[in-house]
Amino acid sequence: MTRPVLPTRRAVLAGLAAGGAVSALPLPSRAQAAFLTKAIPSTGERIPVVGLGTWVTFNVGRDPRALDRCAEIMRHFFEGGGTLIDSSPMYGSAQNTIGYGLEKLGRTDRGVFSADKVWTSSVSRGPAQIEESRRHWTMPRFDLLQVHNLRAWQGHLKTLFEMKEAGEVRYVGITTSDGRAHEEFLKVMRTQPLDFIQVTYNPVDREVEERILPLARDRGMAVIANRPYRHSRLIDFVQRHPLPGWAEEADAQNWPEFLLKYIVSHPAVTCAIPATSQIEHVRENIRAAYGRLPDEATRWRMAAHVESL
Amino acid sequence: MRDWGNYELSDLLLFTKETYYRQFELYNEAIWPAQLAALAAGLAILALIRWRPAGSGRMIVLLLAAAWAGPAFGYFFTRHAFINWVAPYYGWAFIVEAALLLLLGAALGRLTFRTRMSGIRKAGLVLFAFALLVQPLLGLPAGRPLVQAELFAVMPDPTAVATLGLLLAADRVRWLLLIVPMLWCAIAGLTLWEMDSNVFFVPPAAAILVLVLAIGRAMGHEAQGRSGG
Repeated sequence: MTRPVLPTRRAVLAGLAAGGAVSALPLPSRAQAAFLTKAIPSTGERIPVVGLGTWVTFNVGRDPRALDRCAEIMRHFFEGGGTLIDSSPMYGSAQNTIGYGLEKLGRTDRGVFSADKVWTSSVSRGPAQIEESRRHWTMPRFDLLQVHNLRAWQGHLKTLFEMKEAGEVRYVGITTSDGRAHEEFLKVMRTQPLDFIQVTYNPVDREVEERILPLARDRGMAVIANRPYRHSRLIDFVQRHPLPGWAEEADAQNWPEFLLKYIVSHPAVTCAIPATSQIEHVRENIRAAYGRLPDEATRWRMAAHVESL
Repeated sequence: MRDWGNYELSDLLLFTKETYYRQFELYNEAIWPAQLAALAAGLAILALIRWRPAGSGRMIVLLLAAAWAGPAFGYFFTRHAFINWVAPYYGWAFIVEAALLLLLGAALGRLTFRTRMSGIRKAGLVLFAFALLVQPLLGLPAGRPLVQAELFAVMPDPTAVATLGLLLAADRVRWLLLIVPMLWCAIAGLTLWEMDSNVFFVPPAAAILVLVLAIGRAMGHEAQGRSGG
């Protein structure tokens, strides 16, 4: 099979400089490079391997300038083929920002895989919070609802499974982040028929490789990887170093692609959800959903390289 | 709430630095020219302390209580609450401080500025003047525009620092009234630290300075009491 040719960053920037255009790495076309999707095990539905997180970056209040910028980020994300957007009531005004963007882009009922969370210690308040979240998103219903950080998970999962039974949500999941509460997380995974789990996973936070990811695979659960850049600390750190020449083996033209391809190439991981407040970065991120994924040997090499920096 | 011990400071910051300062900008634009009234209130407090007309003590306390209500209702309960679920709790803390000022200062008359000021008390006035006139400008060297300036009685940080200065300058240190502003200065310092602000140290430094000086005043009074009878 002929290797699809992706334009290199150097070639593109040289061309853009010659043309006097604004610097922006174009996305490859579907003819140039394979668009990467993975199946949700419980249904077989395929979703792109790169989604969009909204923690911090979409919490912009009522600032009209910032709201429009976030809408542009969403536009570029959708144009790049992205669909899954993840949020939570915990993220301040992020849900409102998403709703603003979806209305502005005319996407309140199409082309979005909406993933949100229930985040309240009051089980009885759960349905009202979910409804409030749905109104903020301006969506008819959510695709995926997750119990955020296992808060009151027993009661909330009962609510979510009832909603799924009634057709009010398509998938049910749980989340944690930064290595917290993994023992309890495993317990819930072993005993509940979850469609999704969401955990922190990146080349330096790999604890989930030991038990959680294998269990997710065994139990047929899709995996969303959050904090792929460790709140930008990881990407800021690695970008101080040159990208290794062999990164092309994974079609990684830059560090965001390098990190994201490492993450989503794990057999158990379905997608990663990097968050950003910059249009160039969302374009860089969605580029990681194109081309080849590294094989197991390259993955080990990638992790070892990042750890050696 | 589960697992709070496993959270880092960055996990508790729900917004970017840009969003944080844009909130100030949008708020200032929305309430202009109320900032002039806030500045006038601060200058009036200094004038009342300087010339001590009849009833000045209660007037100072009423102005100070209003200064605490300003950030609570104008900022925490409204704008900041939209991006930070903790903001209403901050707002209520500011309301509590305003209520304590009214109770202890206005109703019970325990916050007064009648007697001759020592050096430590004058230092408190200097701190108040700093919070009123200099602290709003601290963002300028970092490139933040004047429209993002934080003012006494409008935004929480200078209100807390100014209050600490004023409490140090009072006839007697009222320890109960120091609690909320000191806690706020700690929170402000941590927030500014996490946002890489060059002036992160200002609120906590003010709190530590006032605490040390207030303790010094208390020990000086105690020594006088033991020696003088």
